[in-house]
Amino acid sequence: MAAPTPPFLEPIEKIRFRINEIESAGTSGPATEEDLVSVRRELDETIKRVFSSLTPWQQCQVARHPERPYTMAYIHSIFTDFTELHGDRRFADDHALVGGLARFDGDPVVVVGHQKGRDTAEKLRRNFGMPRPEGYRKAIRIMELAARFRRPIISFIDTPGAYPGIDAEQRGQAEAIANNLIEMAGFPVPIIVIVTGEGGSGGALALGVGDRVLMLEHAIYSVISPEGCAAILWKDQARAEDAAQALRITAPDLKKLGIIDEILPEPAGGAHMNPGEMADTIAAAIRRNLKPLHKAKPDALVNRRFKKFRAMGVFTDR
Amino acid sequence: MAKETTGPQGLWIKCPDCREILYHREVTGNSHVCPRCSHHFRISADLRLQMLFDNGRYKKFFGKIRSSDPLGFVDSKPYSERLKVYNKKFNGSDAVVVGQGEICKIPTLVAAMEFGFMGGSMGSAVGEKLARSIDRCLDRRLPLVIVSCSGGARMQEGILSLMQLAKVSTGLARMRAKALPFISVLTDPTTGGVTASYAMLGDLNIAEPGALIGFAGPRVIEQTIRQTLPEGFQRSEFLLEHGMLDMVIPRPELKATLARCLSLLR
Ligand SMILES: [Zn+2]
Repeated sequence: MAAPTPPFLEPIEKIRFRINEIESAGTSGPATEEDLVSVRRELDETIKRVFSSLTPWQQCQVARHPERPYTMAYIHSIFTDFTELHGDRRFADDHALVGGLARFDGDPVVVVGHQKGRDTAEKLRRNFGMPRPEGYRKAIRIMELAARFRRPIISFIDTPGAYPGIDAEQRGQAEAIANNLIEMAGFPVPIIVIVTGEGGSGGALALGVGDRVLMLEHAIYSVISPEGCAAILWKDQARAEDAAQALRITAPDLKKLGIIDEILPEPAGGAHMNPGEMADTIAAAIRRNLKPLHKAKPDALVNRRFKKFRAMGVFTDR
Repeated sequence: MAKETTGPQGLWIKCPDCREILYHREVTGNSHVCPRCSHHFRISADLRLQMLFDNGRYKKFFGKIRSSDPLGFVDSKPYSERLKVYNKKFNGSDAVVVGQGEICKIPTLVAAMEFGFMGGSMGSAVGEKLARSIDRCLDRRLPLVIVSCSGGARMQEGILSLMQLAKVSTGLARMRAKALPFISVLTDPTTGGVTASYAMLGDLNIAEPGALIGFAGPRVIEQTIRQTLPEGFQRSEFLLEHGMLDMVIPRPELKATLARCLSLLR
């Protein structure tokens, strides 16, 4: 079930393959070194060329790249003492959504996030990062701990969307998402949201009501997937490229529209090219954004969060 | 979907459920409910407000708030052109009409969604009108009723539409903190982002019989799981059975039910 490499990334993937080949051949010496230097230079130049003008549809494919780092990888690089918590205490433990207690720079925090799977078995276990209601209820239960024990919340968003299935509907997918929105609105602790990959509609927003919303350079955040939008408005899923363009789903567009606060630059070629560097960038951003929030009184925090979302939207009033 | 198809001189109407040919007046005189099979015909936001408020009298609010086209969205047709057509047809109401009046003498703010306006979809204008409705309720300590009738977020405003879910929900958190009643009335259809925000957040959730209510649309679910959906799936009665609603109330009894609930909560 490995997704094929999107055509525009093929030149990069081919060079990466070659580098891997040279490195794993195990031969050393000046000739190999020289080879590596020149191939790496070729890689840098190719990345620069390909990434200099990505279309929104291509951004979308970078956001969904099969090697893109997922929430757990970030959690393990950014936090210490991560202690995963399980279950919604109502029905089940949803593996498409993870969360727990941890320390950031030594201070206790609470972390939640969507979790995708890497290989086929894990993809199925994680349901492709599409939570059912019990996932959202687990997230809010863990966030309630943060509110009670006055810990900041760090939320990672990376989901194609909430799972559209019979069981999910039966158990109240809509109610679960709605409840997260209203509950997050009132938590008296700092909430930092980071859109790391796909921000798929209500299923993403259910972890997204924060004081600061940050977004990785090549992540996307949208009301509907480009494919879904194309199927409805163009009556043709193949028009996803047009839909991706029209919907304005990229980080720079969202910054312009006042939806996100900060764009976090990715390593050349995308987060998967250097997950460690990406994690460092995210950690620095959490540090920078948490500092002023720590000083705010709980009431002021909740009030400002309300005003932040109250201001979103563009309309005329004449 | 159920659509009122009136015959010559608008005298007759065919019920889409029982297929009976009915006198138009027979249906309108029965709160637009089929007297044979109790199919609930979809009604306009204005009619909804008239039916709920005493003597059909109410004052409209926020009528000047209109959608713009912030993304310059074009699919088969530019969104700006769609808006022109709908604004003309619905007198600039967008997909929600807000009115203040009395329900059995209880001063109440009611926001009724207009399905005719782009499928009742929620964009920035709908979100702003609902947010201002909440502001007004907080200011004057009024209860709020939202009658949903919507396919969800408006795609043509992209992420801005999605954020209206958060905008309205964070407002409702304030109403909860001030113990001001909010009753959500769900009518056919209530799906997508509208269900996944305010429609499911009522202190009470009340649905009309037989309404389609869900997060994902039935077609999306069928495509995902590749099987046909069970009979009655995502209908009001199904949601009541699964614990998502407080009650399913036929339209002719809705006003009295709302009045009783509001008086018990106030
Ligand atoms: Zn009938």
